[in-house]
Amino acid sequence: MTSLYDEVQAAPAPGVVTRRVTIKVNGDDRTVDVEPRLLLAHLLRQGLKMTGTHSGCDSSNCGACVILFDGRPIKSCTMLAVQADGHSLETVEGLASASELHPIQEGFKEEHGLHCGFCTPGMMLAAKALLDKNNDPTEDEIRWALSGNLCRCTGYQNIVKSVLWAAKKMRAESN
Amino acid sequence: MYPSRFGYESPKTIEEAIAILDSYAGEAKVLSGGQSLIPMIKLRFSAPEMLVDINGIAGLDYHRVDPDGSIHIGALCRHEELENCALMEKHAPTIAAAAPLVSDPIVRTRGTFVGSVCHADPQGDWAATMTAMGGHIVAQGPKGTRNISMKDFVIGPFQNTLAFNEIAIEAVIPAPKGVRVGNYLKLERRVGDFATASVAVSLEMKGDTVISAGIALASVGGRTIDASAAGQALVGKKITQELIAEVSAAVAATAEPRTDHRGSSDYKRQIVKTFVSRILNGLATTSQKAA
Repeated sequence: MTSLYDEVQAAPAPGVVTRRVTIKVNGDDRTVDVEPRLLLAHLLRQGLKMTGTHSGCDSSNCGACVILFDGRPIKSCTMLAVQADGHSLETVEGLASASELHPIQEGFKEEHGLHCGFCTPGMMLAAKALLDKNNDPTEDEIRWALSGNLCRCTGYQNIVKSVLWAAKKMRAESN
Repeated sequence: MYPSRFGYESPKTIEEAIAILDSYAGEAKVLSGGQSLIPMIKLRFSAPEMLVDINGIAGLDYHRVDPDGSIHIGALCRHEELENCALMEKHAPTIAAAAPLVSDPIVRTRGTFVGSVCHADPQGDWAATMTAMGGHIVAQGPKGTRNISMKDFVIGPFQNTLAFNEIAIEAVIPAPKGVRVGNYLKLERRVGDFATASVAVSLEMKGDTVISAGIALASVGGRTIDASAAGQALVGKKITQELIAEVSAAVAATAEPRTDHRGSSDYKRQIVKTFVSRILNGLATTSQKAA
């Protein structure tokens, strides 16, 4: 498969150089030919049709496009797809199993952590990066970890509660 | 937004990367963290023919303190590595204080210290920190390495003095002659926004006497401002209230802020004065305790 800007999944125009990359996305290896200028967020959304990762401000401010890159949160609008070659990514599509929501998703549901939902995928991945390192964060630590993610609806209160809810559930599950 | 077309190479060694830069004669750019470069190429402020991604080069992701007390930060050391870092808290308090204030936590997982210094943004936290601490950049080119002091490295907004075929491989802060103390304060309207004003202070102390003083400002002028000359009044003396008042006023006078939606130029100059005074008061208290 080839992913370009001008012709998604078509053969590249003469003279356009592509690079073959293999990226592990939510556990599956995906091999794609990409133009070097293709942004990772655009590969996910347009090339791989994984539209769970949102493209918000497109300028590294809002955090809607946050995914995990080798376990660490990054803004996928500010990384090139070619840079992910040989690395492993986790997107919001990788959170739930076939039958069960991830505790973070459950938390957002239980505590009403979203209104419009646009920021939610980025919020949940940033929260996951925090909880993977610290399974018992304080409210301050959660606010700090999510300070690179903007939400225009909730006022953040319920997002923080959702992450606290998820942390509690995840601690209970690991015991 | 998407960038104009460019070529991409991801060399495995510094020598290979330098050879690629050399062959493009100024049309290639080094990609490290990319947290400034990628936005720049998306906005098409910059349109390099070739990006040389150095993220695949092993052995550049270190930060360490040598036995002589000098601090070494490799080209791929990410901002977050310097956050909550006991080594930096002990040996480079100004870096430890600035690290959590650089952009936002997500950008800090990716962006690099050395890349930020090279970017030479007048808003840059690390260029100001390096200037206050008297650091230098180690640049490697086809003919080997050379050291470039911060004074000679950042010469204007977004302008550094690397040759087109050189890579900044390391930032170095030389060994202190006394005990290094310092702090970094930044006023921003929200996390990740451009700052209203930022102040970096790094002092070396013998007991409670200041033996060297470095002060630099970010976000209050068209370039990183080295205000160390205004701090020279501290050298050879104990930090007193009179000195704090004198130095903070002198440092504020070196700021060149412009009025914008973040505040008037007078307001920003006042913030600089307050921050210098606040930092020096804090350092005076801790150095008196230590002595």
